[in-house]
Amino acid sequence: MNLLDKVWIVPAIMATSFLLILFFGKRAGTKATAAIGIAAVSICLVFSVVVAGQWINRVNHPPTGAALAADIKQANGLTPQTPNEVGSEVNAATTDSGETVATGDAQPSTEAQATTESQATTESQATTESQSTAAEGEHETVPPVVRTVTWFEIGPIHFEAGTLLDGLAAMMLVTVCIISLLVHIYSTEYLHGDERFTHYYAFLSLFTASMLFYVLSSNTLQMLVGWELVGVCSFALIGHWWEEKKNTDAALKAFLTNRVGDMGLIIGVVITFFAAGATSFNVLHINEYALSGGANTTLLLVGALCLFGGVTSKSGQFPLHTWLPDAMAGPTPVSALIHAATMVVAGVYLIARLYAVFFQGLGIGSSSLHYVAFIGGFTTIMGGALAFVQTDLKKVLAYSTISQLGYMVMALGVGAWTAGVFHLFTHAFFKACLFLGAGSVSHACHHTFDMREMGGLRKHMKVTHITFLVATLALAGIVPLAGFWSKDEILAGAAQGQGGGAYTLMLVFGLITAFMTAAYMGRAYWMTFWGEYRGHGTPHESPKVITVPLAILASCAVVFGFLNFPTNFFGLEIPKGLTVRFEHYVQPTFAFPAVQAIDFRPVIAIISTLLAGAGLAAAYIYYERNKGPHGLTGRNRAARAGYTFLENKYYLDTLYTDIIAADTKGPLARAAYWFNQNVLDGIVDGAASVSKKVSVFVYRDVDQLVVDGVVNGTGLVSEESGQFLRRMQTGKVQQYAAILFAGVVVLAGVLVFVV
Amino acid sequence: MKDFLNSWGLTLAMFVPLAGALVMLLVPKAKEHLHKVIALGTSLVVALIGVLLLTNFDYDNGRTLQFVVDKSWIPFINSRYIIGIDGISLPMIALTMLIVPLCIIYSWNHFPEPKNPKAFLILILILETGMIGTFCAQDLILFFVFFEVVLLPMYFMIGVWGGDKRRYAAMKFFLYTLFGSALMIISFMALYFLSDKVPVPGGGFAHTFDMRLLPMAAAGISTSAALWIFGGMFMGFGIKVPMFPFHTWLPDAHTQAPTVGSVILAAVLLKLGTYGFIRIALPILPHAAERWAPFIGLLAVIGIIYGALCCLAQTDMKRLIAFSSVAHMGFVMLGIATLTDFGINAAIFGMVAHGLITGMLFFVAGSAKERFHTLDIARLGGMLKQMPRMGWILGFSVMASLGLPGLAGFWGEFPAILSAYNPGGGLNVGLFRVYMVVAALGTVLAAAYLLWLFQRVAFGTPKEEFAHDPHVHDVSFTEYVAWVPMLVLIVVLGFFPNIIFHVTNPAVSNMVSAFTGTGS
Amino acid sequence: MLINQFLFLGAILFCIGVYGVLARRNLVLVLMSIELILNAVNINLVAFGAMWHATDPANLSGQVFALFVIAVAAAEVGVGLALVLMIYRNRQSIDADDVDLLKG
Repeated sequence: MNLLDKVWIVPAIMATSFLLILFFGKRAGTKATAAIGIAAVSICLVFSVVVAGQWINRVNHPPTGAALAADIKQANGLTPQTPNEVGSEVNAATTDSGETVATGDAQPSTEAQATTESQATTESQATTESQSTAAEGEHETVPPVVRTVTWFEIGPIHFEAGTLLDGLAAMMLVTVCIISLLVHIYSTEYLHGDERFTHYYAFLSLFTASMLFYVLSSNTLQMLVGWELVGVCSFALIGHWWEEKKNTDAALKAFLTNRVGDMGLIIGVVITFFAAGATSFNVLHINEYALSGGANTTLLLVGALCLFGGVTSKSGQFPLHTWLPDAMAGPTPVSALIHAATMVVAGVYLIARLYAVFFQGLGIGSSSLHYVAFIGGFTTIMGGALAFVQTDLKKVLAYSTISQLGYMVMALGVGAWTAGVFHLFTHAFFKACLFLGAGSVSHACHHTFDMREMGGLRKHMKVTHITFLVATLALAGIVPLAGFWSKDEILAGAAQGQGGGAYTLMLVFGLITAFMTAAYMGRAYWMTFWGEYRGHGTPHESPKVITVPLAILASCAVVFGFLNFPTNFFGLEIPKGLTVRFEHYVQPTFAFPAVQAIDFRPVIAIISTLLAGAGLAAAYIYYERNKGPHGLTGRNRAARAGYTFLENKYYLDTLYTDIIAADTKGPLARAAYWFNQNVLDGIVDGAASVSKKVSVFVYRDVDQLVVDGVVNGTGLVSEESGQFLRRMQTGKVQQYAAILFAGVVVLAGVLVFVV
Repeated sequence: MKDFLNSWGLTLAMFVPLAGALVMLLVPKAKEHLHKVIALGTSLVVALIGVLLLTNFDYDNGRTLQFVVDKSWIPFINSRYIIGIDGISLPMIALTMLIVPLCIIYSWNHFPEPKNPKAFLILILILETGMIGTFCAQDLILFFVFFEVVLLPMYFMIGVWGGDKRRYAAMKFFLYTLFGSALMIISFMALYFLSDKVPVPGGGFAHTFDMRLLPMAAAGISTSAALWIFGGMFMGFGIKVPMFPFHTWLPDAHTQAPTVGSVILAAVLLKLGTYGFIRIALPILPHAAERWAPFIGLLAVIGIIYGALCCLAQTDMKRLIAFSSVAHMGFVMLGIATLTDFGINAAIFGMVAHGLITGMLFFVAGSAKERFHTLDIARLGGMLKQMPRMGWILGFSVMASLGLPGLAGFWGEFPAILSAYNPGGGLNVGLFRVYMVVAALGTVLAAAYLLWLFQRVAFGTPKEEFAHDPHVHDVSFTEYVAWVPMLVLIVVLGFFPNIIFHVTNPAVSNMVSAFTGTGS
Repeated sequence: MLINQFLFLGAILFCIGVYGVLARRNLVLVLMSIELILNAVNINLVAFGAMWHATDPANLSGQVFALFVIAVAAAEVGVGLALVLMIYRNRQSIDADDVDLLKG
């Protein structure tokens, strides 16, 4: 049964697990809660492995003819387009087959025509491809499996929600499920007796569901949803022990720093949507627009940089990396799952998924230095340097994660797509192993992570020691462990470039960091496992529930490197079916820019291995043998200044927390509120008091005085005239008679003389 | 049934609450339980009518007015009793019909001092009449009547049942809003006199207040007159929204109002303003709207940032939530100002989402006030330890309020930001893209003040003052009943935004086509 | 026939009577002056009656009218004296200037 279009079930299972634990976990008890979570993840893992297998099968037997055309149509949603080939065949295909890449302007009436055309052409193309690409390693075009439903409609556009499954997504599915499962199992012991056990498992389930939802998204809007949801889970899990302010501070810091980056992400999603014709958020649609001839590269550049803003915060790039070390306040399994293996790589995944936008926008194929590559490279060094001054084991690992994320971003920046994604894959395993190992160590050392209170643990915790050592060597990049292969490919990619010359600066950054990685990991390893135990009590090995996951992860760290065995390793003859398997199955072939394959460079490999070895040796000498310039910071002012600078994390935290955040929520907010109360409200209240004064004036001076005055005046006049006329009333009859007589005389005169 | 609904449905919806209030007037004050039952029953009957309207609404024809009634009312000024709903009004009416019963249920066991369930519930019912009437009215005078009807009950609710400074707050609310309404009625009258005459039933031609006919009849109004008229309406609606800088009545009104008053004020009354913009100002005077839109957008984004900054400075939880309303309505107004279908759909969704989410926040604040007798953030703390479920609900509401995708608030913010990239109506693209960036910054500040509030109130340990207070109990049964529908709806709308967009889209598309050169 | 002399007499009597009514303080004298006025009117009436009678023998209106006036005068004196008597009983004076109770 074809499961490739039913992958939505995977996040749905985890979401169901979340709801079950949320509503029934407390009543069911801790054992049942853990069981639900573990069972759900196990089912998802099985499903993911099957899906991965089916995808591999699909790559080995790609669909042709009508099935191919149908898949392409489904992938784009609407218009069938001719697929882009990989390798150097791009120019050849567009010129000799005479096709043009159909843009979204194709009329619906000609759609049927176009379908049959593309059917015929893609059929022939498929056959010619399979012949001519034999040398490339059978890179036929295999469209991803896309299934969508209509989500909502605005205006004339119907927006879809759905899943997109290709090699990248399948790889992420498997990785997330494995690590989530191991973390689930590990947490049963690590969080044993915790008062918020069910709450923790609920959020683990929700996180896994969100992360799976994110990697399976078929469009950028859905990715935005998943991106934020994993951010919420991170917030909840970092602040798991929320009674203490420093934990909730760390949680807030994580969320808010990510929100700052999300500004860029949102704007980037908006820009890419409009650039690609404002019809769909579908990632393939956007990618194809980016690769089409008429794409607006400036807009792509701006869009890519905005999207990179989101990557900067989520994947801990400079300068928005400051939340990652603080996030170590959460439980260690959370750090392993979220802040090492899965969530932080969401940004890297974003770049990998929308690679066409980045490739075209930043001009990766034609430059030797650009912003994304630079930031990636700078982050590797910056993170690595900070790892040296940490005494907290988890913080060392956190900075190491920042540094390795820098590697991944740098790899994508220099055009080594597979290298970056492969490093994502291998890093997940050995970094998770390191974190869980740190948790095991802390479990034995009375829940401290301070390396100054550890030491000599190799005698007491054999399994933890061996796995930690293996993972350290893998991280340092010692052959033949996983980290060597992935890191080396990145360095080779920087050296090779993509057509615009070698990314020399990145190569230098990468090599320096290779040394630093080995050195600080060596430091951590020797301080923790060698020497004398500096704590109190006797540490003992952790239970199987903890050590078995460690062993599994360490084994992965050993073996997985060979998944991408280079084709020309020192001139060895290796059968085709065994080399670059990872690249073959994971690198997209559809709507993907023409990325040159990275050749193995023996020189780089040897140099990087030597550097790693030198780093480990330097750490051994400094920390185990105690030779070297100890106490330099006490004697030398420059050294101390440098040390203090590192200790204060380049004063970035001071800038963010003490200056920007504090000033915004302090003086700036208060100023705004003062303005509100005294100016705006002042105007309103002022209007009221002016109205009152005016009304008093009107009442007292106008109404009472003038208007009433007139009214009263009339009365007065009447009274006065009455008083005046009253004097005529003397009461004397004779006077009345006299007046009467006078009147009569006048009347008579009038009557006689006038009338 | 359909015929009955067509001719009586909306009228019943509008006046049944009033009838309930009249019945309650006759019942003696002492029979408190009977009052509550009558009030709840009335609001549920209205909700039932609402359900019937929802099921009988022709969603394919969402752009046309449905359930229209057109009767003679004041022939002298040709003001008729015209009511009808389309895709824009329907979500608003549904929101109102949902919120009022929930408010009554919430108040069941705790009425604020001085308790007087009879008067309080009568006022709520009169409010419901006013609110539903405003959303149904299709005649300007009728609209104005209902628009003003809501003022008095709210004035009394704040002034009698409110907090310490209730008199000031009530008076401020009433006079400020009335001031805007005064300018608005002048605009309406100007529209009446300056628009073309239309044929009247019964022969002859006359000026009209009919909102269905005015878009065409007002097309001939001169630009300068149209700008002034729009300005008058802008004042009337803008004060209600509330837009910066006319928002200062809101914090006082919300802080002093009783819980249920705040919820109704935030959930529905604020929407009367934005609804007025969408229903009246924009369709009737599209070209004036195009000229005013940059200014409205500017005030909107200032409101987003300014509201967020003021939130950060607050020490009272309810006042903080009040200022967050200013910020959220900024997003709604930005969406409206872009004059695109994305923006206006986002605005309507944002109105519904904000109603549910901020309503929830005020409910939680009210419950906290009832238990702690204070909302001073410095004195609160550790809610997740003392009242875990209430803490969870607060956390959920906080996440919804900051626009987390997957919850309803996101669909009010993201499409607004999207629409600002490509505004319609010939608006200045560069200016609106600046607005877009500022609005995105606003989301960061929103997360900041909301999470900071949550950290101080819910995380940590309870303060010594309340740690052993027996009054501090977790969510009670009536609170659950009142809150669960809203919580569920927030999640459902977050994952299935089409529930609203499907309804509003046709009507909005119809309206947006009036603007020159629509964006997407 | 010429009646000038009678009219003169009547006028003189009338003026004396008016003077008496207006200027005398004693109420009885006022009443007497009123009688004078009335009698002056009577003389006028009779004179004019005679003049008319000379031209129209059937016309005796003047004398009839005069008889009326005499009757009225008599009634009026009766009532007037009664009034004066009551005033005297109440106010112990019949000075016209003292009867000014209706003074405003």
